Amino acid sequence: MTLLSAPARVVTVGAGLLDDALTAQAVPTVPVAWRPPLPGTAEALAKVLADPRRPAANELAAGRLTSARPQLVGVRRASEVLAEGTFLHAGPPITWERASGPMRGALIGAMLLEGLAGDEHEAARTLAAGGVTLRPCHEHAAVGPMAGVVSPSMWVFEVRDAEHGGTAYCSLNEGLGKVLRYGAYGPEVLERLRWMDEVLGPALAAALERTGPIDLRTLIAQALQMGDELHNRNRAATSLLLRELAPAVVEAAPGVAAQVLRFINGNDHFFLNAGMAAAKVSTDAARDVPGSSLVVAMARNGTDFGVQVSGLGGRWFTGPAGVPDGLYLGAYGPEDANPDIGDSTITETSGLGGFAMAASPAIVRFVGGEVADAVRATRSMYEITLAEHPAYQIPGLGFRGTPVGIDLTLVARTGLLPVVNTGIAGRVAGTGQVGAGLVEPPAEAFTHALLALARSVSESFE
Amino acid sequence: MSDVPREVVLVRRGTYHDSVTLMRVSQALSGLPGVTSAMVAMATELNVSILRELGFSIPESDPGDLLIAVRASDTETAVEEADRQLTASRRSDPAPEHQPPLTTRSAAREPAGLVLVSTPGEHAFAEALDAVEAGLPVMIFSDGVPVWQERLLKERAEARDVLVMGPDCGTAVIGGVGLGFANVLRPGPVGVVAASGTGAQQVTSLLDRAGTGVSHVLGVGGRDLSVEVGGLSALRALRMLDEDPATELIVLVSKPPAPEVARAVEESLGRLRTPVVRALLQEGAPDLTEATEQALRALGRPVPEWPSWPSWPGGRPPAKTIKGVYAGGTLGAEAAMITGTGDVVDYGDDAYTRGRAHPMIDPSLRVEALSHTQDTDVVLMDVVLGHGADPDPAASLAHAVARAPATVVVALIGTEGDPQDLHRQAAAFREAGAAVFTSNAEAARHARSLL
Repeated sequence: MTLLSAPARVVTVGAGLLDDALTAQAVPTVPVAWRPPLPGTAEALAKVLADPRRPAANELAAGRLTSARPQLVGVRRASEVLAEGTFLHAGPPITWERASGPMRGALIGAMLLEGLAGDEHEAARTLAAGGVTLRPCHEHAAVGPMAGVVSPSMWVFEVRDAEHGGTAYCSLNEGLGKVLRYGAYGPEVLERLRWMDEVLGPALAAALERTGPIDLRTLIAQALQMGDELHNRNRAATSLLLRELAPAVVEAAPGVAAQVLRFINGNDHFFLNAGMAAAKVSTDAARDVPGSSLVVAMARNGTDFGVQVSGLGGRWFTGPAGVPDGLYLGAYGPEDANPDIGDSTITETSGLGGFAMAASPAIVRFVGGEVADAVRATRSMYEITLAEHPAYQIPGLGFRGTPVGIDLTLVARTGLLPVVNTGIAGRVAGTGQVGAGLVEPPAEAFTHALLALARSVSESFE
Repeated sequence: MSDVPREVVLVRRGTYHDSVTLMRVSQALSGLPGVTSAMVAMATELNVSILRELGFSIPESDPGDLLIAVRASDTETAVEEADRQLTASRRSDPAPEHQPPLTTRSAAREPAGLVLVSTPGEHAFAEALDAVEAGLPVMIFSDGVPVWQERLLKERAEARDVLVMGPDCGTAVIGGVGLGFANVLRPGPVGVVAASGTGAQQVTSLLDRAGTGVSHVLGVGGRDLSVEVGGLSALRALRMLDEDPATELIVLVSKPPAPEVARAVEESLGRLRTPVVRALLQEGAPDLTEATEQALRALGRPVPEWPSWPSWPGGRPPAKTIKGVYAGGTLGAEAAMITGTGDVVDYGDDAYTRGRAHPMIDPSLRVEALSHTQDTDVVLMDVVLGHGADPDPAASLAHAVARAPATVVVALIGTEGDPQDLHRQAAAFREAGAAVFTSNAEAARHARSLL
């Protein structure tokens, strides 16, 4: 039994008056900046917090998320892993009717690439008629940035979790500007995708056979220390990956090695997709722990922002996707922006991206703001996460691990929503990228998930 | 500037301040020249209905929003003053990138020895559970916590081997550190387990007056000894004091436990090596003052006269009825038992404190009650001193006592070390015409003798 002695320090939460009374007695206090939880969550919070499984379930889920060891093991044609007649897309499920401009543009581009339509009008008609099955990437162990459209002749990174054995896929990054993932489908977009199918994909696949598995956990840890946050800044990670791949590409595909390496080198975001697959395989390791309130996916389809929770299987909980706040390219402005889109929020879900902003002072030039804002963003995320990542560390915070493992109950209690760094897609199909910035997820996605978790707790005990 | 009062209601979205802070700001605004009425409050259902009753029309808002409602000849100045006071109540951040902890879970990352929870009751569970899960003892000052949550917290606390004090625990002292409403007490050999905050304050204040200090005062909350909760915290607290080398005698202050629980408590008491004095607040049992005297005798220490200050003789008609106007529930119950009248109102009860501060901080309800008395009434009331309580109760109440038509008897619960200055308070109430006692039981007997 604890011996009774004067507390050296008292945590106070609630009335400031009682904190003052301790200060008046020269007792040091740690006042909590408490505020009421998100409206309508009080009852569900109590239920979920009272679930006796929760502490161990969350420890297990967060432990699996942070102990995952993602390795890049291959590059494969999507047709090898994808059912025929199916296109994958970013975010929670979406129909053509509800799809936004860039999502429609990317789907049209995929139809044209696959030769399923002669022109954009025919493509749109076929898609509207349900001629192609549309499924979320997340349901197929995959993720895709922005529109996230994956069709059979696209190539995907294959990342395996050496710790828990899972596998995840993510498409290859096309570069910036007018690209399919931002909804562009012009001739230059399709031409690049065909080159990726014929040249880039096979060359990388052959190169990876030579290198063997590339340890992405270590690579990401290094990139964080070199100023990337692994969502909107991937310059260091791309350089590190290129360094790993270059000799093998030269040996495996000498005829095209220069084009391949020049392509990778010309795209600072080339690593993003490999990093997303690493994040996906890590968060998937934390799935399906009964009673856990850990968020295992956050994803947007350009219309809805959706979350999935470890204790709630594959169910999606959604709210309207917001329009990012950030800096715009050229003459574009907020009126040109599409609502938030893409599976790249899997980086934040795994403790990178907006959560690791303090590691990336350079990012503030890209998304707007000051270095102190980046530090503040990362620090605030420790308030809603369950763990600090043992390998992903932030030099500027004394090598503290990044905040990782978003807990629904902490989001509801603090009202603090995950900080998301993102690219901004043009509203009109075919425009491409118009900017980059920060976006606030809709609170209701988290509120709905919490209410569902509370219902599932009652069902398990009544 | 026109003298016709104008009205303004502002909504500050997502701005939170605790109810005590807001009560003080509201009072300060109401005291400004030209202000007819003012209320600064969170937009809870209750506060919105109060504001509507005051005739304000309230814009769309939710309980996470702050409302500033003012009726005044110069509303602009009043709102500016509200903002000035609200800003002053916020602690300044040491660095721009500093992140204050937003939950107890987060605050407990830094080493700490105890958690003190005083959020609104419906939200206290999460914070208290954080404390228990972090292996920290917790005092829950909040009331209105559902009993299933209390039971669950105390069961989890058993598993983590920590003490949960409360909910509705008004006072505790651990190793000289006063928590909640706490008197300044000299260190000494008496350990107190209390299911009643003001009851414990009465006992320890009298002990202090007798020169005998306390080791620890462990509050357990008014419902701990109910069947639902089963006395989990009381039993733990008794064991802790039994093992505490500084504690030579234990005083158990409580309403009579539920019969099922009483058996468990008696069994537990039988196993203790430390002698126990019971102050159980029931007919035929010693009152709080007598229990204190028993404790002193058990320690072989002399029992002094309890200080009191008689009233100046007044020219009132003979008294007919006693009206209890209490802030402390246990003190009120003791008064009712001794005077034999049921007309004792506990203004600290949930029914009166929902959406407003405790009467030990907010005197307004009792000030109003005093003004409604008759010249044939004897008002019996408690004034409780110590950390956390009204910094100058005489300033808020003595004027109302002086103006009240009734004869007033005050039970002044406090010690000479309390920040309010016991003697100054006693003098002020006496000056206002009241008889003042440091023993609530003696105050009640005196009131009865006036009939």
